[in-house]
This record gives sequence, C-alpha cells and structure tokens, in this order.
Amino acid sequence: MTVIQKKADNPIAHLSAEDIENLGRELDAIRERVIASRGERDAAYIRKVISTQRKLEVGSRVVLLFSLFPPAWIVGTAGLSVAKILENMEIGHNILHGQWDWMRDPKIHSTSWEWDHVSPADQWKHSHNELHHRFTNVIGKDNDLGYGIMRVDEDQPWHPAYLGQPFYNFVNACFFEYGIAAYDLELGKNLKHGRHKTPEFRARVRAVGRKIRRQVLKDYVVHPLLSGPSFFHTMAATFTANLIRNLWSHSVIMCGHFPEGVETFEKTSIEGETRGEWYVRQMLGSANISGNRLLHIMTGNLSFQIEHHLFPDLPSNRYQEIAPEIRALFDRYGLKYTTGSMPRQVFSAWRKVFRLALPNRRRPAAPIAPIDDTVDRPVPTLATAGV
Amino acid sequence: MTATIPRPDASTSFRGRLWRLAETVTTPVLPSDYLDLFAPLRAGADLRGRIVAVRPETPDAATLVIQPGRSWRGHVPGQYVRLGVDVDGVRQWRAYSVTSVPGRRTEPISVTVKAIPDGVVSNHLVRRVRPGTIVQLDQARGDFVLPEPAPSRVLFLTAGSGITPVAGMLRSGALAGSDVVLVHSAPAAADVVFGGELRALAESGAVRLVERHTDVDGLLDVAELDALVPDHLERQTWACGPLGLLDAAEAHWSARGQAERLHTERFRPTVITAGDGGTVTFTRSSVTVEAPGATPLLDAGENAGVLMPSGCRMGICFGCVLPLRQGAVRDLRNGQLTTALPGDGVRVQTCVSAAAGPCELEI
Repeated sequence: MTVIQKKADNPIAHLSAEDIENLGRELDAIRERVIASRGERDAAYIRKVISTQRKLEVGSRVVLLFSLFPPAWIVGTAGLSVAKILENMEIGHNILHGQWDWMRDPKIHSTSWEWDHVSPADQWKHSHNELHHRFTNVIGKDNDLGYGIMRVDEDQPWHPAYLGQPFYNFVNACFFEYGIAAYDLELGKNLKHGRHKTPEFRARVRAVGRKIRRQVLKDYVVHPLLSGPSFFHTMAATFTANLIRNLWSHSVIMCGHFPEGVETFEKTSIEGETRGEWYVRQMLGSANISGNRLLHIMTGNLSFQIEHHLFPDLPSNRYQEIAPEIRALFDRYGLKYTTGSMPRQVFSAWRKVFRLALPNRRRPAAPIAPIDDTVDRPVPTLATAGV
Repeated sequence: MTATIPRPDASTSFRGRLWRLAETVTTPVLPSDYLDLFAPLRAGADLRGRIVAVRPETPDAATLVIQPGRSWRGHVPGQYVRLGVDVDGVRQWRAYSVTSVPGRRTEPISVTVKAIPDGVVSNHLVRRVRPGTIVQLDQARGDFVLPEPAPSRVLFLTAGSGITPVAGMLRSGALAGSDVVLVHSAPAAADVVFGGELRALAESGAVRLVERHTDVDGLLDVAELDALVPDHLERQTWACGPLGLLDAAEAHWSARGQAERLHTERFRPTVITAGDGGTVTFTRSSVTVEAPGATPLLDAGENAGVLMPSGCRMGICFGCVLPLRQGAVRDLRNGQLTTALPGDGVRVQTCVSAAAGPCELEI
C-alpha cells in the first residue's frame, strides 16, 4: 500500500473531475432514497436487536451465577460474549454514529447513548466519527491507520520499534477496548507534547477513569459477588467474554482498512476536496467482508465497511440492501471494490502487520515525513508503487 | 439509557441505595432499561400507556382507550394529555383532550382523535394504530377546566374536534345542576363526534344543543350568537375549535367587555411557518441572531460567540447535534424541513441545518 497519488497505476487516473462529481451525485441520490424510505421496519429492527441483546445479556449473566458448573460456565460465557459483541458493534457503534437519531427516541440517540466499553461515548464519537470518518486513510490525519502504535503503510516511516508490532498488535487485540480508550485520549501525543497537565485533558482522563471503574466493578466485582461460591468462575467468564469481544472487534476493524487493496491518501490531497472526491476516498479506503447474515450482524454490518464509510449515518440494516447497487457503481466507474471472506481479510491484514514490521524492501527516494498531524508537512514521493 | 440521568430517588434512603447498587449491576444502562422490556407500565417507569381499544366515532374520528402506566396521576375534565406516538418509526408528540370520566388512577382513560387532512399523527391514530401499541404519555395538563362549584349558566362554543374537552366535562356530571347550552359546528350530522350521545343529552334536558352543519348552513358567524343564545354574554363560556372561531369569539367577547367570561383552548398556539432564514435564539446563552437561509446554524452561533459543539462540519459525525426547542430548520443537503414545538424532543445537526423561520436552539 502506498498513497494513491504516487502509484504508478493510480486507480483513479481514468476518472475526470466531471466523472467524480457525477459519481458523487449518484451516491447522493442513493442516500436520499434510503433516507426517504426510512420507517417503521427500520425502527422495529433496531428495537428488536436491542431487546434481543438485553435478554441475551440478562440470561447469560443469570446462567453465570452458577458458573461453578462447567456447562453453565460455557453457555454463560458464550452468551455473554455474543451479547457484548452485539452491544458494541450492531448497537453501540451504530447508535453513536447517529444512525437512529431520526427516530427521535431519546433512549436510542447518539447524544444520550452510553455503551459497554471503557471509552466514554463522547470521547469515542470525537476520535471515531469526527477524525477517522472525516480523514479516512489520510496518512498523518487518520490515526486509525495503525492506531499510532503500528506501521500499516509503506509511507509511514520505519523505526526499529516497529519490529515488535506483531506483538503489540496482538496485545492490543486482547485488550482492544483499553487501546481504544487510550487512543481516544490521544494519550501518546498528549504525553509527548506535555499536554497531559491541561485541565481539559485531565477532565477527559478522569472521565475515562470513572468509566473504567464502573465497567471493572460490574464485570469483576459485582457479578462475581452475586455468584457467591462461583465468584472466581464468574470473574474468569466475564474476562473471557471481554477477551472474545475484544479479539472479534479488533479483527473486524482490521478488515475494514488494513487488507491489501485498500488505498491510502496523502495529506495534501484532501485540501479543497469536493464531495465527489470525498466519496471516492471512502470507496477506495475501505474493504468489505463477505459472509452470511449472522456475520453481518455480529460485525455490526461493518462487513459493509465501504457502504458504511460512504454513508456513516444510514441505518446499519440498509447497508446490505444497497451493497449490490454500490458495487455496480464501482464497476461502472472502473473502481476496485475490495472484499473477501473474514479469514482471508484477517490474514491479509496480519500479513501486512508482519511485513511492515521490517523496513521497506526498496529504499524510498526521499526522506519520509513522520506521522504527526501537529506538523503539517506533505508526505514526500515514494519511488515504490504497491509493494 | 445513559448513566448520566439524575435520579430523584438516589438519596440515602434504603431504596435509593438499593437502586444505586442495581445501577452497578446494569451499567452502562440503567436497571429501568431492563425492566422496561418486561413491564413498561410499572410504577416508577417513564409514563407510558398501552392502547387497549380503538373505537370509531365518525368516518374520520376514533376514540382510543389507553391503559396508563402506574405513574399516571389522573386528570380533571377538560385537560389534555400529550401522546408520543411512533409514526413510520419517528416519535411524534401531539396533545389530545381526555374524554373519559376521571376514575381511579389505575383505570383506562380515553382520548378522541379526529383525522385532519395530511395529519401525520391523527390519521395514524384513527386509521392505522392497533390495540396493544405502547404510546408515550405526559401527565394531564391544561387550565381549560370547570371551576368548583360549576357556574349555574354555561355556554360551550365548539367546532369539530373541539367538542372533546367539553365531552369530558359533560360526562363528568359536574354540570348536573347547571343550565348548559352547547353550540357545536360540524360539516354534517354524521360528522358530529359523539353526535348520538350529545343528542341523547339534549333529549334528556341536560343541555340545550344547537347543531350547526356547516356544509349546508355555512360557517358560524359569532355574531349569530345574539340570536341563537341571547344571554350568551351572561354565561361562563368555554370555546374550543379552529383558530378562526377562537379569534372571532375573543374579538366578540372583548368588544362587549366580557372577555373574562370566555375561556378558550388552543392546542397548538404556535403555528410554525417555514420560510427562508430567520431569527435564531440560543436559549441558554441568551443570544439572538438573524440567520440567512444558507448559513448553517453552527456558523450562525459561532459568529455570535455561542460556544457551539462542533465536529466534522460536513454532517457525518453528529458531534454538533443540539435540541431544537421550537421552530423550523432546513437540511442544507437535501432541503428537508424539520419543525418542532416545545416537548417534541427534536434534535438537529447544526452544521448542515439552516434556519427556515424563527427557531430556538437549546444551548
């Protein structure tokens, strides 16, 4: 992967400015059509998912009160893992995107929802909705590229510390929600620039601290205590469920932007970007996961990452419906719709994590700007294309 | 939903402590979010009701019998209740007069709804809603009520669905010893909501009923009251109906120096008319600006020095969403209009919405 502007075979070279604006208009029309047809069926869908998730969570937690018995431990842990995944992916992520704000239900609204995650909803909304979705795959702007701890693009400069990135990535996957919380706090950058003493940053740290305390108290103290003699078994069960949820969401997120075929963009390329150009960046900067209905629900429909990035605020149940039309649009405009099965995409993303732990095979022709959005420097040209 | 909603009972009482303990079990959601799945009408829950029956009254009106939740505090005849109904998945709030006789708080209440042309909520309630549906409720409110004791001479001046609060008063029996005249307008005899019941009351001598069928006789001119009810200015009068009728009645009673004897009920005192641009009030900041129809509310607020929350400024992050207390805004991306009245609970993305008439944002 190399920023698109430097590729020998630039995948958008065949599109004129007019083509791109036409493409934008076609996408706008699809969006308008879905918005005009939102209704009772969609509302019933999200309410059904929420009610199913809550019943599953209550049921699993009740079963775990008897987690001393191995079958209860297995059933309860499996149920709780699924409940936590549903809560984070199909429910939390999508509600916090404002996908369901149109229902005007104050209980299912981006401004009031809080999720089963150690990062407080408002901080996550800032780093995810505002930064990642706006600056998708722009090197130096979108910190989701490697989460600030990994090198996932040839254009990110190599440093010996990256030799350990397969290990960091695995640890990050296991404790992904804490990684996200640190990331939402921009912990590394704020510490490095000595901003950790500002009242604003300290208030945010305290908010994260409160959220972690509540989450830990619930999962590792209150529910184990309620289980009485099953105390340690329940504690192990919730730990396992959190671990499974973390590994799962980490894998889904990796599949969204890291697999081979996903393009990155240089910082200067988005100056004065038009609506059509923004759409094209979302189209080429995301990858889908193919699979069945269960997979789509468990990924929070992020298996339709492309559709989600084009229209982050459309109800998640609609992505699948518009996917064939979006794919046809890619074909018509000669763009590559990146998709693959979950194992294939996870493998592809991990292979890249391993490969880029090492320096690029061919040396770049010029020095490379560090990934640091406090320094506004264009990323210099690389001689390599699509390593 | 959120753990930030303050709970009034989170005190040091035993119940309060128990509740807080329950919150540590259910965080990040509240215990009530789970309880609502199984018992939405229980005591302590947000006030809701279950529609238990829908009875047609006329070709375009129906009575909804609603079992309110345990938190319902009862009503006085003539008061209204606000109903939050999901129509096409979108929560809409409307006010309707309670037409049932006040009973025990656990008894069902009823409201009667007349479908108005293009009325999103009224048509849904009259023609589509099914028994079993849960609706959101507010406590009964309104001062369109009879004093105690009831006046000895009363005139009700009503039209269309304006009969509904009056029906509640007539049914309550509070007017048993009074001399009551009811002047009611409807397009035709078949359109009179509660027509049979009112005519039966008239036959029994409980009220004098003057029915005006406007399809044949034209709209009632308030001046005609001089002939229809010669002593109308000496009566305590309650009027409810279309704005035109109420305005005319107020002018008539004021002109004759009897304004204090006239009591009116206006369900939607503010009529939202959409325009292009308008006066934007940021209520908590006490800032008011004139905003053109092409300027996002976010820019208008920031230019006026309001500390507006903001994010991507392109409509994708929802970081700028604020409650629209009342008024009309237009989505700059597709021209879609959103209107709100107090209590509607409408929130808008300020970065892609512009004023479409006067509006108030809560910040």
